[in-house]
Amino acid sequence: MRFSVNWLKQWVSIEGDADSLAAELTHAGLEVDAVEPVAADFSGVVVGEIIDCGPHPNADKLQVCRVDDGGDEPLQVVCGAPNARPGIKIPFAQVGAVLGEGFKIKKAKLRGTESFGMACSARELGLSDDHSGLMELPLDATVGHDFREFLDLDDHAIELDLTPNRADCLGISGLARDVSAICDARYTPLDIQPVESSIEDHVPVELEAPADCPRYVGRVIRGIDPNAPTPLWMQEALRRCGLRSISASVDCTNYVLLELGQPMHAFDLDKLQGGVSVRRGRDGEKLVLLDEKEIELNPELLAICDESGPVALAGVMGGLDTGVTGETRNVFLESAWFAPATIAGKARGLGMATDAAHRFERGVDPEGQVRAVERYTELLIGITGGEAGPVTISESAEHLPSRCAVPLRLARLNRVLGSDLQPDEVLQILDRLGMRVTGDEQGWSITAPSSRFDIEIEEDLIEEVARIHGYDRLPATAPAGELRLRPISERAVPLNQLRQALCAGGYQEAVTYSFVDRALLRAVHMDQHVLPLANPISSDMDVMRTSLLPGLLSALGRNLRRQHDRVRLFETGRVFHQQESLTESERTGAVACGSALPEQWGTGQRPMDFFDLKNDLERVIQLRGDKTGDVAFEACDLPFLHPGQAARVLVSGEEAGWIGAIHPQVLREMGIKATVFGFEMANECILKREIPNAKNISRYPSVRRDLAFIVPVGVNYREIRDCVTDMTGALLADLVIFDVFSGQNVESGYKSIAIGLILQDVSCTLTDEVVDPIVDGVIQAMESRLEAQHRG
Amino acid sequence: MVDSVKQLLKAAQEAIAASTDARELDAARVQYLGKKGEITALLKSLGGMEPEERRDFGQAVNRAKSEVIDMVNARRAEIETEQMAVRLAEERVDVTLPGRGQARGGVHPITRAMQRIIEIFGHLGFEVATGPEVEDDYYNFESLNFPAHHPARAMHDTFYFGDGRLLRTHTSPVQIREMQKQGAPIRIIAPGKVYRSDYDQTHSPMFHQVEGLLVGEQVTMADLKGVLQTFVNAFFEADLDMRFRPSYFPFTEPSAEVDIAWHKDDGSDPGWLEILGCGMVHPNVLKACEVDSEQYIGYAFGMGVERLAMLRYGVTDLRQFFDNDLQFLRQFR
Repeated sequence: MRFSVNWLKQWVSIEGDADSLAAELTHAGLEVDAVEPVAADFSGVVVGEIIDCGPHPNADKLQVCRVDDGGDEPLQVVCGAPNARPGIKIPFAQVGAVLGEGFKIKKAKLRGTESFGMACSARELGLSDDHSGLMELPLDATVGHDFREFLDLDDHAIELDLTPNRADCLGISGLARDVSAICDARYTPLDIQPVESSIEDHVPVELEAPADCPRYVGRVIRGIDPNAPTPLWMQEALRRCGLRSISASVDCTNYVLLELGQPMHAFDLDKLQGGVSVRRGRDGEKLVLLDEKEIELNPELLAICDESGPVALAGVMGGLDTGVTGETRNVFLESAWFAPATIAGKARGLGMATDAAHRFERGVDPEGQVRAVERYTELLIGITGGEAGPVTISESAEHLPSRCAVPLRLARLNRVLGSDLQPDEVLQILDRLGMRVTGDEQGWSITAPSSRFDIEIEEDLIEEVARIHGYDRLPATAPAGELRLRPISERAVPLNQLRQALCAGGYQEAVTYSFVDRALLRAVHMDQHVLPLANPISSDMDVMRTSLLPGLLSALGRNLRRQHDRVRLFETGRVFHQQESLTESERTGAVACGSALPEQWGTGQRPMDFFDLKNDLERVIQLRGDKTGDVAFEACDLPFLHPGQAARVLVSGEEAGWIGAIHPQVLREMGIKATVFGFEMANECILKREIPNAKNISRYPSVRRDLAFIVPVGVNYREIRDCVTDMTGALLADLVIFDVFSGQNVESGYKSIAIGLILQDVSCTLTDEVVDPIVDGVIQAMESRLEAQHRG
Repeated sequence: MVDSVKQLLKAAQEAIAASTDARELDAARVQYLGKKGEITALLKSLGGMEPEERRDFGQAVNRAKSEVIDMVNARRAEIETEQMAVRLAEERVDVTLPGRGQARGGVHPITRAMQRIIEIFGHLGFEVATGPEVEDDYYNFESLNFPAHHPARAMHDTFYFGDGRLLRTHTSPVQIREMQKQGAPIRIIAPGKVYRSDYDQTHSPMFHQVEGLLVGEQVTMADLKGVLQTFVNAFFEADLDMRFRPSYFPFTEPSAEVDIAWHKDDGSDPGWLEILGCGMVHPNVLKACEVDSEQYIGYAFGMGVERLAMLRYGVTDLRQFFDNDLQFLRQFR
């Protein structure tokens, strides 16, 4: 809602400038978006009259005019405007006038002819963008009258960003009521007198959908002069509120819309066929609207129809064929009350936004339809002449909203607000808001003005009282209350610890969008069980992610293109899988590429490999405590991972995630040239831990025995470890693996692996008699189970 | 005889002094004190002497022996000190060279701000609650007192899945889910991701909110004002001016938006900056959770984490949060 402050002041007697009004409005919940002067900051401009015009001796496109500016003598003025002609009145900038910043009008010579001032276009005065010619003023304007004063230009327009509940402020009259309450100023409602009908003409109206339209007020006005111009004051009022002047009959509907908040529609009576009915649209019906767009109707949409079919989309926009034009002499005016729920969302659904729909879907004053018709008639006939028929009211009382008294208890009010407001303070505020009060403070009964249909329950009234009293004047109490311990489970690893573990490994946390490009998911072979958005913001964010990998890879790729060659990113967040039902699960994912360590002195540069990443993941898993033995890495085939460097991670036998080198083909498709490693884990699997249960530590020395074996390449470490642990039992304090190699002196198809057994007993010092058979057992197990050859 | 001991002692002294390391010193010691050493030899010769002569000479030799032992020990200590000094000098490093190893990463600024918010409200007794990001109309709108087709819904540009489900537009559905589960009294905050179909310089289609809800028998709007002022001061570690403006949310009544007076870096006058919305829980919301709205009163608030993080950490472009540029992220360790 955009309104002119001077217009508002006709309704409510407020002092002070626009900025202080804006502050008060914002403070009272009517948020101000902008305060703007309605005209440029000019001075020295008066109403002038062109007395005569003649050709310029040296220029075809210029004329030499004489302008009367109210001074002793007419002034010679050189003018290039195509509409400059004798007899018109124009804004005239005298010598010494200042237009805008520093543009000072001086006596000048134009192509050799002296000029004493400048006739102005609307744009030159900051009134509009119109620069097609001189701004023509009404002929009754007084020559010499200061132009700012003449048009009342010392005014501001205020743009309000109203919340949906404050439909009452979508018109000057409702706004003025609220301002009078906010500023405690006198409210003077407009005295609207009925215009007596002088003809009998009327259009019969049938309410076929009374729940959607329980009241339809109509009036025929005949014999208007289609050429009568809209008076400048009305054009100005519309302009300041952001509307364009079209024709008197349309401008008057817009003026009343702004003034009273009631949208109306003017039909060209001669184009209507028979009576009017209000009903739901029917499939297949079509209607071309005033904006020349054709829409198809359906039973969701409410239509105004004549005998030929739909003529207007109720509450949104009229039809083109029956709208008023430059030739219209007879008008049928519609002023209806449509149920907000019927209109809500319809314009939006058609990709439209109209002032009418904006108001109807929020609700208009259910009692304002007749007033608006009378106001319109008075204004229109005053401009165009004509005769009015009777006001016809078609209504279905049972479907009209009823105005109910709302209870208000002082004690409840103070209990909710934490305030100590006194009865007279509350009553005074209610009075300022135009609320009728009966009963006493134990249980007041409040009736709001019909325009305040948003007041439905006690809380609404409590808010109104608080709002006018001022939220800032309500007390604030420091937090207090009984102490209550929140449960803190030690069995859950705090997510933040996981983050810190990854940060310590050089990973930077990323936050990527939860929706990704389906094509990207396809590239990583994760486009199964996808949940697509019905209205994505763009095609590259069209489905919910099924993995953190695509987002992380994209971020990694972006960083590579920005000259980072070592990128380590992780993210924790949800992924979405749509099967029979939807699963939202929390995951932690990471991607990394580049050197194992940041470039530094004293250590060789080595590209990272699978085992660097595995260590980063192991450090996360170690957050689960000492009992990490139930975590297993199993070689696996996943389409987005390198087939030789891919593992499934199992926690307590349950699938918990994967780790590996990203498949080079995937990287190629994403335009990533580096070798990238990644993992993704289900948080529920890695964020559970046991409470440590301390065991006695051994005070006896440990014994270390190193063993080297040649084993077939296919033998994996876990099999070797199993051989060892099966033979050593509880005596194994640690098992280290200190060398793995193939080639050199090792036969192809085999690899050499060297392990160190660290054995320790809690109750005695281990002797060779005990250790040797164990070690022999390990060697035998290796030989028999894994075809290993012991090397010494 | 005694003179020969003196000469021997002098020679030993010279040999010991001339030794420059433990090995030479030990050679000197063996030469005089070893089994075949010169002083040992003199001691052995005592057996064949006359008692008188033996006493005097024995005393002299024994004195010499202990002197040589002392000299060896003293010299050993000296050599050790010298060697330590040499070693220390050799082991001197340039302490200004950078350390080696992995460089530290860091948490995302959104996480950092979120953790801080959770921690502050945690101290005020608010427990963290979470809920699904894919919601339905009932939890996201209807139970929160958004009537069907209400223009208030248009303020939430909603992502839909075409089957009635949607991406939550705020964390408020968690209010409903938790209150339906726990009933009243209740004191929770709900941090999480939310989604709106809006994408420009100041809007991201995904962002983060923290919702707060407190319902009890003695809860007032004054408490709401107090808790938010306490939070803002704690979060920014400053006494900030704050104002409450009437506003509208379907699920609170009265409703307010909260602005803080924010000083920009350029030293200009502080301007009001909107940081959160709040209000007293609407009776219809309590009703949807079967909480008696006569007995219980509640307040709720919701804040955008990005906005708070931008103010706290001087981030000027919202989009940087989701671009994940390392240059940007590395400022947060």
